[in-house]
Amino acid sequence: MLNTFVVYVENKSGALARVALLFRRRGYNIESLTVGRTEKPDVSRMTITVEADADQARRIEANIYKLVNVLLVENVSAVPVITRDLAMIKVAAPQEVRSQVLELASVFRARVVDVALSSITIEITGAEDKIDGLLDVLRPFGVLEMVRTGIVAMRRGARTSEPNNEQTPDFIVE
Amino acid sequence: MRMTGAQILWRSLELEGVKHVFGYPGGTILPAYDALTQSTIHHVLVRHEQGATHMADGYARATGQVGVAVATSGPGATNMVTGIATAMMDSSPIVCITGQVGSKMLGSDAFQEIDITGVTLPITKHNYIVTRPEDIAKTIHEAFYVARSGRPGPVLVDITRDAQQASCEFEWDASVPKLPGFRPDIQPEPATYEEALKMINGSRRPVILAGHGILISEASQLLREFVERTHIPVAMTLLGIGSFPASHPLNLGMMGMHGEAWVNKAIQEADLLLALGMRFDDRVTGELAKYAPKAKKIHIEIDPAEINKRVKVDVALIGDLREVLPKLLPKVTRTDSSEWLERIWELKGDSAVRDIQSLPDEGHLYAAHVINDLWHETQGSDTIVVSDVGQHQMWEAQYYKHERPRSLVTSGGLGTMGFALPAAIGAKTARPDAEVWVVAGDGGFQMTMPELATIMQENLKINIAIINNGFLGMVRQWQQFFYESNYQSTPMLSPDFVKVAEAYGIRAMEVTTRSQVVPTVKAARSHDGPVLINFRVEQEDAVYPMVAAGAALHDMIRRPSPLVETAEDV
Ligand SMILES: Cc1ncc(C[n+]2csc(CCOP(=O)(O)OP(=O)(O)O)c2C)c(N)n1
Repeated sequence: MLNTFVVYVENKSGALARVALLFRRRGYNIESLTVGRTEKPDVSRMTITVEADADQARRIEANIYKLVNVLLVENVSAVPVITRDLAMIKVAAPQEVRSQVLELASVFRARVVDVALSSITIEITGAEDKIDGLLDVLRPFGVLEMVRTGIVAMRRGARTSEPNNEQTPDFIVE
Repeated sequence: MRMTGAQILWRSLELEGVKHVFGYPGGTILPAYDALTQSTIHHVLVRHEQGATHMADGYARATGQVGVAVATSGPGATNMVTGIATAMMDSSPIVCITGQVGSKMLGSDAFQEIDITGVTLPITKHNYIVTRPEDIAKTIHEAFYVARSGRPGPVLVDITRDAQQASCEFEWDASVPKLPGFRPDIQPEPATYEEALKMINGSRRPVILAGHGILISEASQLLREFVERTHIPVAMTLLGIGSFPASHPLNLGMMGMHGEAWVNKAIQEADLLLALGMRFDDRVTGELAKYAPKAKKIHIEIDPAEINKRVKVDVALIGDLREVLPKLLPKVTRTDSSEWLERIWELKGDSAVRDIQSLPDEGHLYAAHVINDLWHETQGSDTIVVSDVGQHQMWEAQYYKHERPRSLVTSGGLGTMGFALPAAIGAKTARPDAEVWVVAGDGGFQMTMPELATIMQENLKINIAIINNGFLGMVRQWQQFFYESNYQSTPMLSPDFVKVAEAYGIRAMEVTTRSQVVPTVKAARSHDGPVLINFRVEQEDAVYPMVAAGAALHDMIRRPSPLVETAEDV
């Protein structure tokens, strides 16, 4: 099953490499990894998705925890989360089909961010399957280039994943 | 006070309690070496940086204190890699300090620039690159803390040349470093104690699996109390040897690939395995699908990432044995295991009659006899045996009866040939009053043989036993069993070790028959300086019993002659 981890790391040299290397070394394939700043200048936040069964996921969590620069790991796969991916899709759109492409974009609530003579560029934000859906219908027109950010995830509701100093990892053996 | 980075480095190490470092100088670490002259720290000049890391490792294993190795950038740093990996696999606390090119040249492929923090990322517990003198003291303090806390391991600190040269105000903060993401103090869930107690007190055929964690946690005495209360027999991993006295009636011996037959069988028949500070390595479980099928498993272990890694356990108590065992102790009861113990003695009886004492003498010299005699001669004394990797290592584990913690130093997880000689130098430096014996094969000994010069320069009384069988013995054994005796590249010519030792000013003797073993060991012990003994043993002897790769733990290759299997203490 696809697992989503939220990881807070100290913003120190090599922190990203340490996390990424761990997945490679233990033989897990990262589906997507995003990293960016948080509201604290010295802390970065990663969202990592990886294919793993429950036991592997628990060990991934424990192994990430062992990294000295990691402040918090949370496996949010089993809790309600909002996930978002952003894609920019450059699609071939000569005069004859342009209106069709624009119509599809608006059905998916995607935005047109650039227009050229023979192509248009569409930006779409949403859960991964929504983006996959748009891609499927655009493909027949000719997708010239595509870029996706990879997913970011956040808990629904008031509860946060924010690290606080009292939290200790709870590794329960199922 | 204003000091240079180099001075701060040594001052910080002094404040961490360091008395000895093992190192080798070079361009980028020269500022530090220049400042070393003013330090109280004794520097042991090694002959290869791999040796420095093994020495630091041996120092740590013999005492539990952090060992320190120093090297220059580039080739000096890369030479450390094997030793760092060895320490990582066996959770040994060492701090490696490397010089690095000037911070302005970083990333430019400068002369002897290697990204050693990148290279060692997967084989260190943590590592640092320091580019400013202001960060040296804090980083050293943190490095020592990380190396020894929780599950220990190697930490590398890479210091640029300019950081060693520049000056700043020296400040030392001795308090526990603030590392918000580092949690070495995990505690078990309270409920897991109750579950574990129910299993322990209700078991009929329990076995304790004693690992390296007991030694690291200094929990041997607690284990002893636990066993005396519960009467649960103990099987040890290779690195767990010494955690429980060999002479204790409830000590079964070593488990695993070359474990005694009755130990492995007991594990396979057990209804409860209580794993203490061990990680179910493939060398101790045999085929996983057939491992201890009837047993419930309790795992007490400090590293949460080890839980359910290979063997699925029923209860895990994640924490330090020194804190977990005292909470279990008052609540465990004597298990009703008399039938079980009888069953184990029955299993043992079957093997124990075939004692190595009855191995035919007839002018042959068996490694097992050498080890057994060495044990007889040194038993009762404060002796540390440092073994290398191969057949002799397994014979040492089988026939040398270790009574005390930290009396065996050996490379388990990585199985690093060449470990013994330098690790022994580290152990002897840390414990000058202990008697230190190297037990090495003719192959592994030659991997780090130049460290004989370090022994000479440091004037260390170390006794070296080369178990010389003219082969890369353990590999030859695998070829014999699994490759139709095709001895490709395992017969090995060696120099005259007696002459080699003498060239280093080390007294040397040769032993070819059983009757010479004891007198020669006695002569070695009474000689003031270092001694090397070249034991010319049976060339094609094999270590028995053996669990072949992929076989179940009880499915062992036994010694073909009914005469011999393994040691009953004689
Ligand atoms: C650095 C390294 N290279 C290769 C090996 C593989 N290996 C394991 S045991 C062994 C043979 C050891 O021979 P020797 O040192 O003569 O000891 P013996 O087995 O004969 O007692 C070898 C080559 C290893 N463990 N370490």
